[in-house]
Amino acid sequence: MRRRVADTVAILVALVTVFPIYWMVLSALKPNGEILSADPRPWTLHPTLDHFRSALGVSGFGRYFLNSLVVALAVVALSALVAFLAAVALTRYRFRSRSTMLVMFLIAQMVPVEALSIPLFFQIRDLGRTVPGVGLNTLGSLVLVQLAFSLPFAIWMLRGFVAAVPPEVEEAAIMDGASRFTILWRILFPLIAPGLAATSVFSFITAWNDFLFAKTFIISATENQTLPAALLVFFKPDENDWGGIMAASTLMTVPVLVFFVFVRRRLVSGLGGAVKE
Amino acid sequence: MPLWLLLPALAVLVPMFAYPLYQLGLLSLFDYGQPQVSGGEPARFVGAGNFRTLFADPAFWTVLGQTVVFAAGCVLVTLALGAALAVLMTRIGKLARTLLSYAALTAWAAPAMTGSVVWMFLFDSNLGLVNEVLGLDGHNWLYDRTVAFALVGAVVVWHSFPFVMITLYAGIQAIPPSVLEAAALDGASAATAFRRVTAPMLRPLIAIVVIQSIIWDFKVFTQIYVMTRGGGIAGQNMVLNVYAYQKAFASSQYGLGSAIGIVMTLILLVVTLFYLRALRRTGEVL
Repeated sequence: MRRRVADTVAILVALVTVFPIYWMVLSALKPNGEILSADPRPWTLHPTLDHFRSALGVSGFGRYFLNSLVVALAVVALSALVAFLAAVALTRYRFRSRSTMLVMFLIAQMVPVEALSIPLFFQIRDLGRTVPGVGLNTLGSLVLVQLAFSLPFAIWMLRGFVAAVPPEVEEAAIMDGASRFTILWRILFPLIAPGLAATSVFSFITAWNDFLFAKTFIISATENQTLPAALLVFFKPDENDWGGIMAASTLMTVPVLVFFVFVRRRLVSGLGGAVKE
Repeated sequence: MPLWLLLPALAVLVPMFAYPLYQLGLLSLFDYGQPQVSGGEPARFVGAGNFRTLFADPAFWTVLGQTVVFAAGCVLVTLALGAALAVLMTRIGKLARTLLSYAALTAWAAPAMTGSVVWMFLFDSNLGLVNEVLGLDGHNWLYDRTVAFALVGAVVVWHSFPFVMITLYAGIQAIPPSVLEAAALDGASAATAFRRVTAPMLRPLIAIVVIQSIIWDFKVFTQIYVMTRGGGIAGQNMVLNVYAYQKAFASSQYGLGSAIGIVMTLILLVVTLFYLRALRRTGEVL
């Protein structure tokens, strides 16, 4: 009996939690007449892809989607690679500045990066004058800053996974005459794959969700806009095209959702690794 | 010395993280506005001038105050909800648990931008579902300062309670059953066992979750910026992060914006020191 009450409460909470997402997808599929109707129904008998078509076509969300994807995937790949090397250095070697460095990586996670948009704006502007491809209005600038912001956490998290690999594995490989390079890429790298998966989710989300830096750096080159900032442009104070906005929001949510569900188990164990080691 | 392993990370972090942080501090000491940015006028060193201006401005203290209250409210509700649901998850059937964890995952995964936009649609004055259901035609939920903050807070909680729930649930699962069995053998009731055994064992984990939540909720930007359209009617829903951004990019007072950024960084640094202490207690090796 008590169990049944608990089950009911849990299912109710689950429904309330998921409802906004359900409403988003539903509204994206509803014809305009039903969205504007004074009597909204939690279902539709006439689903349509019109909103998706207009979002992807006229409003150019296809392009923004690709931009977001390029930035996020570049950040994920680079961050995994760089963080892996740093995590190995911080777990497998003892050196004097090691503790200081670890604490710095931890503190870096607390910095209000939003405030850094002020100096970074000028820095990126000046950088673009000497190095093409990473200045204002480029996707490269977004990759660069998102990479920097995702690294401290990625390194911190991967450290736990590298530490969990027994050193005997590497010692055995050295006995067999493996080079340092082989040990790194052929032995250690595959062994910490679950950790990389969990880390990648966080890097992906940092980059994919970024709204502030895209808004700050991409000023005039609208073709280089990413999804979150483009969605804000779509937002008109008085006459919102809610169907279109919901379709664009759905397009923006689905990749993250797929990613999350895909690494669900690893995410939880990875979090344990990050939080408790 | 494994320098070459660390080199790529340092090559990114020093110029793109450490240097901007240093620049933020430097900018906060200068009068740096539109004439300096586009007119080529030299920036004027004002020392603590920006901070003096800031601390003398009652608006700053209002924003600081509401940032703290807003963050505290979000943290408390997130933790209470997350912890209660984590405990609930240990007492329900497999089906309910799977449903709840997938639902939580969905809210967690939703980008801050889409979350904000969808909730705005639900609470829209004219076409929103909430107004239709409650029969409040044309009611504007963002008009009142407190109600607007509560609505944004609800979105923040919706996004962040899953992290607390899933982390604490994993923590509860990690407690060896033998410990609880021993408590039961000694005649402890379920409630006593929870209070005397489970909760103390989770304390370090709870400390970490609390501090993480404080840091996140103190830095909320997207939800406020999007839902209240840049800080609310006449800036009534400003929090420090949005305030700094608006001072810098909307009113071109980059020096003053940087000073606000420095104030935020210092506040978060203090929170971080507590975090480090909590981490040490869990036996984390630094």
